[in-house]
Amino acid sequence: MGRIWTFGDNVDTDLLAPGVYMKGPIEELAAHCLEGLNPDFAASVRPGDIVVGGKNFGMGSSREQAAQALKTLGVAAVLARSFAGIFYRNAFNLGLPALVCDDASTLEDGALADLDLALGRLTVAETGVVVACDAAPPHLQAIVAAGGLIPYLEVKFKGAAA
Amino acid sequence: MSVFSTESAQPQTLAQKIVARAAGVDHVAPGEIVTCKINLAMIHDSGGPRRVKPLLERLGVGVWDPDKVVVVSDHYVPAVDQESAGILKLTRDWVRGQAIKSFYDQQGICHVVLPERGHLAPGHFVVGGDSHSPTGGAFGCFMFGVGATDMAGALATGETWLRMPETILINWTGALGDGVSAKDIMLRLCRELGMDGGDYQVVQYAGDTIAALSMTERMTLCNMAAELGGITGLIAPDEVTATHIDKAGGDPGDWAKWRGDDDAPLRARFDFDAGSLGPQVAAPHSPANAGDIADADRDAIDQCYIGACTGAKLDDLQMAARVLRGRTVASTTRLMIAPASTRITAQAAADGTLATLTEAGAILLPSGCGACAGYGAGVLAEGERCMASTARNFKGRMGAKSSFVYLGSPYTVAATAVHGRIADPRPLLAESA
Repeated sequence: MGRIWTFGDNVDTDLLAPGVYMKGPIEELAAHCLEGLNPDFAASVRPGDIVVGGKNFGMGSSREQAAQALKTLGVAAVLARSFAGIFYRNAFNLGLPALVCDDASTLEDGALADLDLALGRLTVAETGVVVACDAAPPHLQAIVAAGGLIPYLEVKFKGAAA
Repeated sequence: MSVFSTESAQPQTLAQKIVARAAGVDHVAPGEIVTCKINLAMIHDSGGPRRVKPLLERLGVGVWDPDKVVVVSDHYVPAVDQESAGILKLTRDWVRGQAIKSFYDQQGICHVVLPERGHLAPGHFVVGGDSHSPTGGAFGCFMFGVGATDMAGALATGETWLRMPETILINWTGALGDGVSAKDIMLRLCRELGMDGGDYQVVQYAGDTIAALSMTERMTLCNMAAELGGITGLIAPDEVTATHIDKAGGDPGDWAKWRGDDDAPLRARFDFDAGSLGPQVAAPHSPANAGDIADADRDAIDQCYIGACTGAKLDDLQMAARVLRGRTVASTTRLMIAPASTRITAQAAADGTLATLTEAGAILLPSGCGACAGYGAGVLAEGERCMASTARNFKGRMGAKSSFVYLGSPYTVAATAVHGRIADPRPLLAESA
């Protein structure tokens, strides 16, 4: 069970990972994640919470700290009507599921919900409303299951060496 | 290499042909996920060594082929504090350890340096560790941006996966008016199509307007395919491309064969008339907030900035110089110029462009990503307003969260510097003529 944090369309990578904090450690960067839209987000978000965006979530830079900041804060998944391509790849590579959800805009900020990643279903606790998401392609599901691209490749390299 | 016939029954886009070649197959259908062999991987000091080094160490491998990796330091240059100095030192040490020969240290911005030094060629499949990697598509290669983990995987294996995108064809016909440039084309497209209009598909530019553009102007088009949300921008190579690559010391190869079939299936096609396009300005905080310059506000501008991979190539500096020749920067504003590479600085010094700019009162900054990304010298204070030739005006990108960035062509930035407020460059150009 996690809290839903809603943001609008076109959440960009400068909001997720502000350039001025890019030199420092990821924890410091994560403390400023999305502060331009919600100054309380980084301090209040809890592990297992779900970030919900509108169209084109994660647009802008290729910096994967945008996804890593959310991962560092314990965000379990991002649901959005659509994702920017590089953010989408980065999220899965870091083991942060990014699920396309046509009905993302119907979700209310602050609601508690339960996400079933395997089925791509989000159930809102209070109302019982079930919101369906597109399942990720099998290729990306395998990467998330391994814990990200590097652990996934580790298995491949070890397999090749054996 | 494909063992199949080079003649395919199904008509293909240029992007499909390049990806099929890289995947070693005859045909790749849109939506199909394929693994492609990489011709070249480009990384910079911010997303490069400091991020991929620990990942490669964890995998227990080095780069798959040091001759196919180009490293450029451009984000934290020159070092301004111990953190940036440390990042640059790590970059240099790692490059040496990996025996990578193509290392351009403080020589300019990666997207400009890469073709300047002859690294790009038509038909190649290239990954770049930066979101403006679509710039390379101007040279007829399929080049797209990836994050650090993706890049580590690519560097370890020499391969990466791709879900074959469709192509959106953007056709421009007619001649651009004086004082109107590729940047105005892109701001107009951002307004028309939106920042998700590219939908992670290939944005291919065509038409006689595009054919008449220089390579650096074509680079601006492909560069800002990123702002349209495309996976990459692409322009089919022609004589202009081949000559440019040849002069840069690269090998254009069999460039003429890299073109899409006439009847290749497209996601969409859009047609635009260049003759009716005037200067465009994007208001804060999105490139999609663009419109005709006549509709922009006329409040005072604190800073004018000509810089970045998008807006500080030789053509861009020459555009600004045409406006600034014999004029001075208004006392109420400041004009800062960061040429996109040291080679461009040398060329601009040789042809007199640099003297024109500095005599007008422009302040020169080091070549690098700098203020565009809020990294280097020239960041904005709370509430300040900036007019920039860069690609992005997201909230807080160039400094303080409450600052405002407007985007325009180098002509428009120069005219704005002269007036101290957003100004149409065309009357100044007409006066000078």
